[in-house]
Amino acid sequence: MKSFEYLEPRSLADAGRMLADYGARARLLAGGTDLIVQMETGRLQPEAVIYLGRIAELRDISVDGSGRLRIGAAVTLREVENHPVIREQYPALARGAQEVGSVQIRNLGTLAGNVCNASPSADTSPALLAYDAEVEVLGDHGAARWAPVSEFWTGPGRTTLKPGEMVTSIRLPAPASGRRSFYQKLAVRKAMDLAMVGITVALSGPAERPENVRIALGAVAPVCLRAREAEAAVERGGASAIEEAARLAQQAASPIDDQRASAAYRRDMVRVLTARALTQLLS
Amino acid sequence: MKHLINLRVNGQTYPIDVEPRERLLDVIRYKLDLTGPKEGCGTGDCGACTMLVDGQPVTTCLVLAITAADREITTVEGLARPGELSGLQQAFVDKTALQCGICIPGFLVNATALLRENPNPTEEQVRYWLQGNLCRCTGYTKIFEAVLDAARKAAGAAETPSGAE
Repeated sequence: MKSFEYLEPRSLADAGRMLADYGARARLLAGGTDLIVQMETGRLQPEAVIYLGRIAELRDISVDGSGRLRIGAAVTLREVENHPVIREQYPALARGAQEVGSVQIRNLGTLAGNVCNASPSADTSPALLAYDAEVEVLGDHGAARWAPVSEFWTGPGRTTLKPGEMVTSIRLPAPASGRRSFYQKLAVRKAMDLAMVGITVALSGPAERPENVRIALGAVAPVCLRAREAEAAVERGGASAIEEAARLAQQAASPIDDQRASAAYRRDMVRVLTARALTQLLS
Repeated sequence: MKHLINLRVNGQTYPIDVEPRERLLDVIRYKLDLTGPKEGCGTGDCGACTMLVDGQPVTTCLVLAITAADREITTVEGLARPGELSGLQQAFVDKTALQCGICIPGFLVNATALLRENPNPTEEQVRYWLQGNLCRCTGYTKIFEAVLDAARKAAGAAETPSGAE
């Protein structure tokens, strides 16, 4: 690995100043499960690395006065997987986190890192999308902005983060009462593998009249996306709503052929998994 | 540029000069001569480099040593007193759970963490927890048996007042 300057801020204010100074010449290090691999191969060769692991407030998970859940940028995937509030109220996110890598990887890797790495097949993305998550971005001169994750990811490995900006937390609105949801991952292996298809479905209301339907598809398009026409079909209801929604979800996907699966197989599995998820949630 | 840091490893504190780019795995192996943890892949995929950092099993090929300064680090060498074997290590011997042995330090450290968090795991829980450790020799069966055996023995010892553990 090429040498670099190492910076260890002790507060968010320090980190912001360092980022402002170095801009695109620095990379942020939290768990390192993506960054270190890329630095070892030489794909990334930053002049400076800013380590976030000593900033206590970034390790925080808390519910605010409006019932919104805030997850700090240095919270690990293992902490997300095990957190009682997340397991109970955002189960697809707990499940998604649990599907990443191994126990060892999840003890290092962070949720925010997973979001910023912006892999189209990230296991946490479908739940974040289905739960209307937002990222908090700290920018130049301490300015903060919130962005819905749907607007944050712009392509494989790409986000709207500008040089000098960092994600400081991820925020999830309080769940609608009676919301049911889960994450289903289709992969070649039981662990340590990327998804061929990853789908989160969430909805509330009675089975005959579902509301707030969210169908989020991962690994089948350049970014994680919602199958909005499929969602609308579920909300319209009717005897063949599930079948129609599954077909519309399939149309929303634009997968590629790769070593894990063909595009055709992925498209087919979007249909199968959507139907399966809806059947389960509406029974 | 070198930084002087303190690494706390297996209960001892070592002041060491490190470059920021040095991995914890390499500093432990080459500067502290603790060659138990192994490099199997260098990408966090095989688990052979697993150590406990602040009690949590992590793949140290992905950890910069400087970020581990002032944290509690445990390697396989620290699982028992010198010359002794932990209950888990003894179970690996009893069950012949190793062949070439290269993956075993990682399994022992990770399984030690498992049994601390869940002293009475089911086989499914053992398999789940150890998903991040790969073995090319044994086919895993004896490894899982050894972990479950160690858990059973520790539970039995805990029940009897004269338990050796």
